[in-house]
Amino acid sequence: MEVAPTPPLTAVAPLLVQPQVSRTVDEFFYDNRIVRDFGIATVFWGIAGMLVGVLAAFQLAQPEANMHTAVTTFGRIRPLHTNAVIFAFVGNGIFMGVYYSLQRLCKAAMYSKTLSKIHFWGWQLIILSALISLPLGYTTSKEYAELEWPIDIAITLVWVVFGWNMFGTIARRRERHLYVGIWFYIATFLTVAVLHIVNSMEVPVSFMKSYSMYAGVQDALVQWWYGHNAVAFFLTTPYLGLMYYFLPKAAERPVYSYRLSIIHFWSLIFIYIWAGPHHLLYTALPDWAQSLGVAFSIMLIAPSWGGMINGLLTLRGAWDKVRTEPVLKFMVVAVTAYGMATFEGPMLSLKNVNAIAHFTDWIVAHVHVGALGWNGFLTFAMLYWLWPRLYRTELYSKKLANAHFWLGTIGILFYALPMYWAGFTQGLMWKQFNQEGMLQYPNFLETVLQIVPMYYMRGIGGVLYLSGAFLMLYNLIKTASSGTLLASEKAHAPALLPASLVEEHQGGHWHRWIERRPAQLAVFATVAILIGGAVEMVPTFLVKSNVPTIASVKPYRPLELQGRDLYIKEGCSNCHTQMVRPFRSETERYGEYSKAGEFVYDRPFLWGSKRTGPDLHRVGAKYPHSWHYNHMLDPTSMSPGSIMPPYPWLFDNDIDYSTLPKKIRVLQGLGTPYPAGFDQQAVADARQQADGIVRELKKEDLDVKSDKEIVALIAYLQRLGTDIKVKPEVTQAAPAAQ
Amino acid sequence: MDKNVLQSIAGVEIYPIISFVIFFLFFLGLLLYVVRARRPHLDAMSQLPLRDGLTPDEETLTYHF
Repeated sequence: MEVAPTPPLTAVAPLLVQPQVSRTVDEFFYDNRIVRDFGIATVFWGIAGMLVGVLAAFQLAQPEANMHTAVTTFGRIRPLHTNAVIFAFVGNGIFMGVYYSLQRLCKAAMYSKTLSKIHFWGWQLIILSALISLPLGYTTSKEYAELEWPIDIAITLVWVVFGWNMFGTIARRRERHLYVGIWFYIATFLTVAVLHIVNSMEVPVSFMKSYSMYAGVQDALVQWWYGHNAVAFFLTTPYLGLMYYFLPKAAERPVYSYRLSIIHFWSLIFIYIWAGPHHLLYTALPDWAQSLGVAFSIMLIAPSWGGMINGLLTLRGAWDKVRTEPVLKFMVVAVTAYGMATFEGPMLSLKNVNAIAHFTDWIVAHVHVGALGWNGFLTFAMLYWLWPRLYRTELYSKKLANAHFWLGTIGILFYALPMYWAGFTQGLMWKQFNQEGMLQYPNFLETVLQIVPMYYMRGIGGVLYLSGAFLMLYNLIKTASSGTLLASEKAHAPALLPASLVEEHQGGHWHRWIERRPAQLAVFATVAILIGGAVEMVPTFLVKSNVPTIASVKPYRPLELQGRDLYIKEGCSNCHTQMVRPFRSETERYGEYSKAGEFVYDRPFLWGSKRTGPDLHRVGAKYPHSWHYNHMLDPTSMSPGSIMPPYPWLFDNDIDYSTLPKKIRVLQGLGTPYPAGFDQQAVADARQQADGIVRELKKEDLDVKSDKEIVALIAYLQRLGTDIKVKPEVTQAAPAAQ
Repeated sequence: MDKNVLQSIAGVEIYPIISFVIFFLFFLGLLLYVVRARRPHLDAMSQLPLRDGLTPDEETLTYHF
């Protein structure tokens, strides 16, 4: 790259009048191989993630599909599915699109091929480690952040490599102004970094086990600030950046309104970050934080729909092409799905709607409209657009691509409609009272059996969608084999002149200032996203002493702690909540509603987000030990027709006491008030409690050794939600209760 | 409860004012930004994804001028 040396100061003035600078056109090469590699990974992991999704779907309809082994049980399969489709499928899709578009928008090759390779292989290794560790039960249980601490560190490092490569490329650009797509990439990089680090704060107990630095309400707030914004900044902003690049490319016309795209960007990143608490409505989270989340969720409609309209109107005058071009068809449905999901999201944030929808399959339908429609279809569109260009050929078959489009679209409908139906049905059944004022459906199982047919239909929808993806795989392989990969694509662009020599920038409008300064843009974007996070979290952390403490709530006994870790390992929180909301329909069904002060020793919190089975917060002391024993061995023995899988291995596996003293020490370090030296007594205390449970079981002719995992799990389940029953006196830390 | 929560923070009265000022300034700035943006500049920006090769003007840049 040749840049003329800066002339001496005295010579600057005449030069500005008539720039007579020696300028050459640079020749350079775009790296297409890395784009192709990320593309292959996208297709591969996409199909893998969807396959796991189909398995999970049928497990809910047919418990036999859990295959009676620990590694294939729903509680471990569901996080595998979500991680695979979010971080492996969409993640690789992001990198594929960013590596293609960033080079071209910057008119520069990627900063470093080595960093590109480290990024690619590092990311695949992280996915592989998730693929191994999640089925083995190594999980933090925090949704979309299940991976344990060593993998969290690896994610951080690889993410830094991605950022380094991206900013390096931006620094070497030959286009002075940064296109709006790049703004979205920058915001994605920064925000995901902040989210990942803050939410992954955990203290290791052993190589693959840690405890969250936050407890109870605070952990819930941080988790859903993360969870919500993972959707915002991993599934939305990068894909919006890609939409702003690939949609104009495919439609061969510029974006409808660049002004609107500027508003879209700044208002979206500013508002999105505040909306997290809408995942915790009616929970023990302070009310002000819930209201803030609702208000910002409603506001979010404006920028989201601004973006959707901008995308769809880009096709003005090109709708005839939509009829014939599968790429545009996919894009139209993707952008429409984005619009539907971003309208539905704010509606679900309204407390009255949320009261019915939350914890039901309505939410599952909602996220899948986004995942299958917006992310899936935009990814397919990019792949169909990129593959012929990377391989210098035509798409093998438009017919197959069209077939994929229709299979996918019908698949989405078959998926979403039954889930909406299931969500409405179950949400209303939970709340239905009869004329005597009693619950119409007091048996939770009745509300589950009602929707099992919907679970079958959802599974069929998944199969349709997946078969479309297989058609794409075949089509892309045939396309690739009919051409040759243009691994390095020659390109030309004039070298950038120093800004001081370009007349335009002497008198340009102030707003252009930020469009050509990535560092400042990054700082402003970070400030915009930090404001919302800080406003919600700082008070919640300052109020630590104000979460109403309940004197009778005590730390878990060691055996209960072991049981709790098994509950986490088996992924019980994927189907069971621990949050009785303050509705009569819930207090009638489960008991006293959940209070913030009950969770102060919960690291991590286990409130859950979906009630495929009933809430468990008040399950303690509700049934005898033998009920749990029989139920875990064969759920249908206690609840005929139950779709819960059996957990026979809990009866064979020994409780692992080796890390118990360390667990106690870690929790003491985090503030759990175990007495000094308790770590050395913990194992004995656990064995003592286990012996008591075994004696109780023996009375009912159930023979079990006290060192089996089932005993620890029973100890935990029997403890759940019982503390406030011990001593109903509730005290409040200063200031006094209202 | 929210009242207790907020009262425990020193100088909490200023929070709503700060929040309003941040919001007002943010969206005012954004509005000014887009209203004052000039059409030719916006057009040039929106053309960025579509400009893959050299423009006719840039073709001449291979030569000294």
